[in-house]
Amino acid sequence: MTVDRKNDLSLDDYKVAGNGLLDRRLFLKKGLQFGAISALASTTSIAASKEVIQNKNKADFDPANPPWMKQPGAPFSTYGMPSEFEDDVVRYPSPNEVVPGNGVSWTPLHKMEGTITPNGLHYERHHNGVPQIDPKQHRLLIHGLVKEDLIFTIDDLLRYPMQSKICFIECGGNSNAGWNSQPSQSEAGYFNGMVSCSEWTGVPLSVLLNEVGLRKKAKWIIAEGADAFAMEMSIPIEKAMDDAFLALYQNGERIRPENGYPLRLIVPGWEGVLNVKWLRRLKVTDRPVMARNETSKYTELQPSGKARMFTFPIEAKSLITSPSAHMLLKEKGLYQITGLAWSGRGKISMVEVSADGGKSWAKAELQEPVLDRALTRFRLPWNWNGKLAVLKSRATDETGYVQPERNKLVKERGRHGFFHYNAITNWQVDTDGFVSHVYDKDEIPKDNSDISIDSGWD
Amino acid sequence: MTKMKYQKIILISVLIAAGINFLYAESIQDGPRLGHAVSPEEIAKWDISVFPDGEGLPEGEGNVVEGEKIYQQKCIACHGKNGLGASADQLAGAQNELSSEYPEQTIGSYWPYATTIFDVVRRSMPMTAPESLSNNEIYAVTAYLLYLNNIITKDEVMNASTLPKIKMPNVDGFINVYEEEKSKK
Repeated sequence: MTVDRKNDLSLDDYKVAGNGLLDRRLFLKKGLQFGAISALASTTSIAASKEVIQNKNKADFDPANPPWMKQPGAPFSTYGMPSEFEDDVVRYPSPNEVVPGNGVSWTPLHKMEGTITPNGLHYERHHNGVPQIDPKQHRLLIHGLVKEDLIFTIDDLLRYPMQSKICFIECGGNSNAGWNSQPSQSEAGYFNGMVSCSEWTGVPLSVLLNEVGLRKKAKWIIAEGADAFAMEMSIPIEKAMDDAFLALYQNGERIRPENGYPLRLIVPGWEGVLNVKWLRRLKVTDRPVMARNETSKYTELQPSGKARMFTFPIEAKSLITSPSAHMLLKEKGLYQITGLAWSGRGKISMVEVSADGGKSWAKAELQEPVLDRALTRFRLPWNWNGKLAVLKSRATDETGYVQPERNKLVKERGRHGFFHYNAITNWQVDTDGFVSHVYDKDEIPKDNSDISIDSGWD
Repeated sequence: MTKMKYQKIILISVLIAAGINFLYAESIQDGPRLGHAVSPEEIAKWDISVFPDGEGLPEGEGNVVEGEKIYQQKCIACHGKNGLGASADQLAGAQNELSSEYPEQTIGSYWPYATTIFDVVRRSMPMTAPESLSNNEIYAVTAYLLYLNNIITKDEVMNASTLPKIKMPNVDGFINVYEEEKSKK
């Protein structure tokens, strides 16, 4: 038993919910910290870093006198890259078998911490590849129900006053393996990682719409991308005038080609497909265009046979990123449960964690600052007793909306909606410490039918 | 006006001005107006959006027989024989209803508007050579896909006048969640 030496308390004194969940302030308590950290078996050390393995193989290696202290290091670089020992922290591409530019690549959420996604790891969803756009040749046309049609160069837009917002973008199809009758055993990020979070900087769309002058009948705005799919999406004018903006920068640098260079429409909190990349045209209209991706796709077929359409905001959702599927806890003891929560309707107000499959819950610590429509990191200490445990996280946002259990979501929406899956994810830790994805027992459907997720990206 | 009253008015005015300044600081409202004028002829080259009522449809026409030929050459590799699907979406031949355990979402069973076919084929298809089909060819492929879904007969011709008049079987199959939520507020 790990003991708080200074206060002579055992971890049991910090219990807040069943099966070993401990007070969220445990790691913050001075005195306990040192005692606890020595017993903390982090999942990183469990995974055994490559560095340790490689160095163990070198007979002459002495950590007290490492070779990199005995010779000059590498020279400066023009653009820094991750350590060679981190080459497994990569996106997982899942392209269409015939058209390789159509598909997705997943953010490795299970190998990341904090809330900001590095630009090279931001998830991708392309419908026909990444265009290589010369910014000097790119234009943005704004036309339709406006007093004056106007066309802008990127240099024009770079002269406008800008604002920054840290916000997530989540594909409407993220976590769609959750609709399957059997739980996906992919790593957490490789079936939930079509969500990423960046600081986006650009020009408020309302500024440009005020310049072109909206006519009274203006109700919708149709955004079009300059990719080979010529992505086309309709967005209500209220949202366009409220907080939508035209991003030129992502995390301080110009947007990467795969995320919309040189110009991306950001529609905070609304499903990813509306955040049109490679933006080239905005047509102001009195009605939606009824494009393919707002009718035949990105609509959710319900058990009644009717389909939900224009389901724009991302509902509150959370996911434990560690421990999560494929990880191995080598020994019982103190661990940190950590994960991400987000809501397209505002701030996350609470994340609760359960270690006993939902019988009891404890409030997790939310990493400050908690931001509107941004990824929010939560953490909670957990003393694993070596017995079977089922970990869950449940997000509540500032509107009071509570993330549903899977059986509730499936009961309401059926299993053929494909989009907007936001149910609670269960990670089961077995007695050997192996973590896998499980459904609650009553969630296995009778018919056992399945939808093929990998071929769903058309 | 008493001196006190006068001071009060000044104070209120200052507060209002401060309030406006605060609002301006919160959100940018004015830009440098750098947009360039653009002619209707230029806009016509850009604007390829087609609406359910037919707005945006170009001149030209095509029929089922022509469309089938183009489909066999340029679409069948991904969408399969008779639109039954392969590496890309099933477009026709739905047997199971949308409310069944194995629903099939095809153009005929699911898509609410026929004009969407023209719009997406013109802007996106075929994936290997988007924007390579002529307007006549796009009308023809649209006609063939509607024919495969038993929505038009083999002798019907699709053009800017006939296409928007087609009523799709599932036009009433959608719930506008955004409008529903807005009306509740």
